[in-house]
Amino acid sequence: MNSKKMRLHPAALATYLVLIFWACTTVYPFLWVILNSFREKGRIRSDSFSIPLPGSGFTLDNYRTAMERFDFGSAYANSLIVSVTVTAAVVLIAGLAAYGLVRYRFRGRKLLYSLIMAGMMFPVFSTIIPVFRMEAAWHIASTGNRWLSLLSVILPQIAGNLCFAIIVLMGFIQSVPIDLEESAYLDGCNVFQVYFHIIVPTARSSFATVAIFSFLWSYNDLFTQNFFLRFPAEKTITLLLNEISSQAGVNYGLMAASVVIIVIPVLAVYIALQKNIIKGLTAGAIKG
Amino acid sequence: MGSTLYKKKAPLIIFLAPAFAFLLVFLYYPFIQNVINSVSQITGLGRPAEGLQSPWYANYAQLLADPKLHTALQNTLILIVCTVVFEVGIALVLALLVDSIEKGAQVFRTLYFFPIVISATALGLMFNLIFLYKGGMVNQLLLNLGLIQQAIDWKDSAHFLFTMFSPVMWQYVGFYFVILVTGLNNIPGDLYEAAALDGCDGLRRVRYISLPLLRNVLCTCLVLAITGALKVFDLPWVMFGAGMPQDQGWLTGTYMYDQTFNRGNVDYGSAIAMLIVVLGVILSNLANRVFRPREDIEF
Repeated sequence: MNSKKMRLHPAALATYLVLIFWACTTVYPFLWVILNSFREKGRIRSDSFSIPLPGSGFTLDNYRTAMERFDFGSAYANSLIVSVTVTAAVVLIAGLAAYGLVRYRFRGRKLLYSLIMAGMMFPVFSTIIPVFRMEAAWHIASTGNRWLSLLSVILPQIAGNLCFAIIVLMGFIQSVPIDLEESAYLDGCNVFQVYFHIIVPTARSSFATVAIFSFLWSYNDLFTQNFFLRFPAEKTITLLLNEISSQAGVNYGLMAASVVIIVIPVLAVYIALQKNIIKGLTAGAIKG
Repeated sequence: MGSTLYKKKAPLIIFLAPAFAFLLVFLYYPFIQNVINSVSQITGLGRPAEGLQSPWYANYAQLLADPKLHTALQNTLILIVCTVVFEVGIALVLALLVDSIEKGAQVFRTLYFFPIVISATALGLMFNLIFLYKGGMVNQLLLNLGLIQQAIDWKDSAHFLFTMFSPVMWQYVGFYFVILVTGLNNIPGDLYEAAALDGCDGLRRVRYISLPLLRNVLCTCLVLAITGALKVFDLPWVMFGAGMPQDQGWLTGTYMYDQTFNRGNVDYGSAIAMLIVVLGVILSNLANRVFRPREDIEF
């Protein structure tokens, strides 16, 4: 957006001050967790807001203990299998449905839309028991087979993220200019080509946004995973954190170190996908 | 939408079938089970129903008479209002500001996302220490500045709403921020360029271009905020547990969880879930009426 020049007048200064203030509130807690992961055992409660220096409370023990006592490798693997599958499925399925609901006019469209809205309100606590019974009857849940157990978490998580993803993608697809699709159609594209060659690239930042949230919710979701994954080999990273926090008791340093280890992959995914949310890319596609 | 492209309806099946198949099996069917459970007699987790309630609506009658549920509803309604005003409001302001700067927008986008990345267990622990009565960050700060003479118990009945809601709202500002920023990015740049040529800049640009074109996305945010607030569970649960202080701190989400999984009142919990869904539908329809999304917005 070359028209927007950085002007060095008071409004710009105020803008930056506000933005920096909010950034401090979001960064500080994260820093706090990192700092306390290097603090000696037992000092967090009394002295959690200073910087741990060598000689006054600095230690790497928390990371050492965490790595020795818990199997992060296999937990990472399980978490990534679940979350990557869920994210891919949600983006694919929700994108198609959102496109169909936005562009087609048909009887029952309003009804389907309300169904999706209603689906977003269902608290997961109310659907989980029937889902568990159903999956047990299909011999997916609680079989002791690692892959089947992971699948038993993946399926309800996909369904749980779909409604949100469809609603958000509908909002974004609505603002894709329809003229582009018209001209592609006149050039001989069918609907599916229009979807994959016009809609997806044009709204790619929206798809990236939905992907980020699906990944995050799947990765951080303790409740569903806790319900379906019972055996040590199936343990995911969130379950591991839960186990650590119940074993560690008041050993907050150990917990903080585990939190840091757990947050790293999520940040990596976010930074990788964030490239797609940069402005120029989408603006170019719309102009094209 | 008069496009000839969308006159043929056959491909529609392929677009909609996978999504609705998933939803049917893993969301709607289980929810119908939940409706049945809400009128049945179930005395424990994992136990089969022992016939219907007598009368069948007994659980719903109990909803009307349950003072703890009234507290939960009251708190949740306050949370919804705060959510809409502060979460979406702050997120909108931040998104517009980030959209208006050239340098560092990328950095702010990454930083604002941090709170949603850290899991609720970790955040709950952190906020518990921040609001600690003895030696917590907030109390230390206020005492040192001389603003208060005595440490405040942030979890007592006078302060718990603030202590419970501020972390929840703080955490989710980043979420709405990301959605709104994405919406702003979808606005084609040439519109701004044309507006700038006509002398439309700064606040007027926000008023006449960004906000109207953001309307649909804002609507989505409102609905997400309302349904999200009705279901909020993890942070309040980690910080306050079961209804502290003295049964004043319930939310609909925490109360339903407590009834179902701690007390084994599966049937009553199902009835609360029904209430959450019905309220969610009513309130988000209301929001859609007021800020009606427009389908005629075109660039």
